[in-house]
Amino acid sequence: MSTNPRQHKDAPLLEVNNLETAFSIDGTFYNAVDNVSFRVKPRQIVGIVGESGCGKSVMSLSVMKLLPKGIGQIRNGEIIFDGVHLEKMTDSEINKIRGKDIAMIFQEPMTSLNPVFSIGFQLQEVLFNHMKISKREARLKSIALLKSVGISRPEKIVDEYPHQLSGGMRQRVMIAIAIACQPKLLIADEPTTALDVTVQAQILELLKEIQEVNDMSVILITHDLGVVAEMCDEVIVMYAGKIAERTDVDSLFHNLKHPYTQLLMGAIPKMDEEVEKLSTIKGIVPSLKNMPKTGCKFAARCPKAMPECLTVTPRLAENEAGHEVACLLYETSQPKQEVNT
Amino acid sequence: MLQYTIRRLIGMIPIIFLISVVVFTLAKLMPGDALSGKIDPLNSDPEYIEEMREKMGLNDPIPVQYVRWMSGVVQGDFGDSFIHKRPVMELIGDRLPNTIILGLSALVITYLLAFLMGRYSGRFAYSIGDYLISAFNYLALAIPSFVAALVAIYVFAINLGWVPASGSIGSGVEAGTLEYYLSKAKHTVLPAIVLGAMATAAYTQFLRNDMIESSRKDYVRTARAKGTKESAIYNKHILRNSIIPIVTLLGFDIANLFGGAIITETIFTYPGIGYLFVESVHARDYSVMMAITMMLTILTLIGNLVADLLYGLVDPRIRLS
Repeated sequence: MSTNPRQHKDAPLLEVNNLETAFSIDGTFYNAVDNVSFRVKPRQIVGIVGESGCGKSVMSLSVMKLLPKGIGQIRNGEIIFDGVHLEKMTDSEINKIRGKDIAMIFQEPMTSLNPVFSIGFQLQEVLFNHMKISKREARLKSIALLKSVGISRPEKIVDEYPHQLSGGMRQRVMIAIAIACQPKLLIADEPTTALDVTVQAQILELLKEIQEVNDMSVILITHDLGVVAEMCDEVIVMYAGKIAERTDVDSLFHNLKHPYTQLLMGAIPKMDEEVEKLSTIKGIVPSLKNMPKTGCKFAARCPKAMPECLTVTPRLAENEAGHEVACLLYETSQPKQEVNT
Repeated sequence: MLQYTIRRLIGMIPIIFLISVVVFTLAKLMPGDALSGKIDPLNSDPEYIEEMREKMGLNDPIPVQYVRWMSGVVQGDFGDSFIHKRPVMELIGDRLPNTIILGLSALVITYLLAFLMGRYSGRFAYSIGDYLISAFNYLALAIPSFVAALVAIYVFAINLGWVPASGSIGSGVEAGTLEYYLSKAKHTVLPAIVLGAMATAAYTQFLRNDMIESSRKDYVRTARAKGTKESAIYNKHILRNSIIPIVTLLGFDIANLFGGAIITETIFTYPGIGYLFVESVHARDYSVMMAITMMLTILTLIGNLVADLLYGLVDPRIRLS
């Protein structure tokens, strides 16, 4: 692939502009990701948080172009990775990038590996896809990779089958597959959700370690704000297919702006407080079909909603340096006037 | 695996014994006996009939007859055919090669067609090609084999004259020569195609549906995320999973392979086991009938075992112990 030399150090590795990804329900397309823009800089860990159904997984699948064929499609916007437009690529073009420059790990380690192939085969497949490498070399490399993700007895595990491994081990294998070609960007879609708590910590530790060693950027999709605090440099809070707030990790915990984020934070039980009832956000994310057409999509559940929230769509804009928010409580989110700056 | 196989084989013995009782009882329950199949009971001397019955042991109590039959069976002796005046085993041995040739050709045709069509249909589900394949399969499934066989004979043997209409070998050809094998092949091809194509539907739809199901699995997404080509995803990741139920069906085909196709063999007057079976039923040739039935039940049991063994072979999640 043609790599454009980056002009300066802080140029983004991944740039998503006005992305719209739609899903077909009964023949009509509904936007699951609605006009989303963000950047990921080299070596940065960006967390994407939000409730189930907020479009965070769909967005990550859009970047990899792994949307289910015929059902999901990118309708608008740009995905620029390392200077190359991914959204226009054909399958065979994107196949040269998948697994090599962008890799992905998934939520369900139990089903993400093919049950009838050995661990070694599945690991070597990605090597053969992207490198000229002999069978012997590939085997040695796959053993080394298994070792690097903290699997003991890798020379034995390499010949075993997925059902012989535990969930944590399988997720480690998935990580080994993902980092096999030293990708520039790793997308981790809720990598620890299906694992038990002690294993979660180990996997996150491993991800962080690998990110540092390999100089990767990481998009970490999660609904665990604790994980975000631990891992991320920057956080994107999504609601109903839109970005509600984007900020660095410090201000996420100290200077929340969007009511949705504030409620999310409030929903985390605190160790030092005794409460009768855990606080929740009332209602659920509206389904794709019932999404409000105008106004703020959170308005119906928002305790601070104003009448205009139902009619005026807030704009995601910088409110403080490095802190973007889309809420009409803030002057900056008012729709732009006719004069374009 | 060997231990497992031996254990399963030993476990078959009581089942085979029970089946032998059933087979024998059913044969006895049928109207008539070997004698009435051979002579005309209404126009024969009752004394002669009585004498023959006594001689053939048909007047003994049924348990005695069963023990007599069974003691031969365990030694591999199914008695003599009353009609053909030859040992049953010899008779079956004569017919078996024909049936195996036909069954094997039909099986190869079935699997070849099912594999090609199923793979295409599974990958391009709901395309025009898929619909055409489904239409063909359902048509083949819906047409009874005797109709298909007759139409095939009419078109290819009588009108076009490409292949002979009946038998398994031309007259006057010497065994072992090239001509002999060509003649065999020529006689087998038409019944094999009829038999093979008829069975394709189930296998094709099996493979197709399993491939569609597999293509939605998480591991397929993983393979895509690795940059694996679409063709490799289908030919390796999906097919390797979808082949599991198909391969195990092979075990069940073993009984079919030896049992022959009763209707098809009869219509083509193809001298195989199926044809022999029909003949023996018509002629009340019990020893032959019971021998074939026993053979089929044992083969079915072995087929089940083979299916289980194949399962362990193709699916790493299953370890037989």
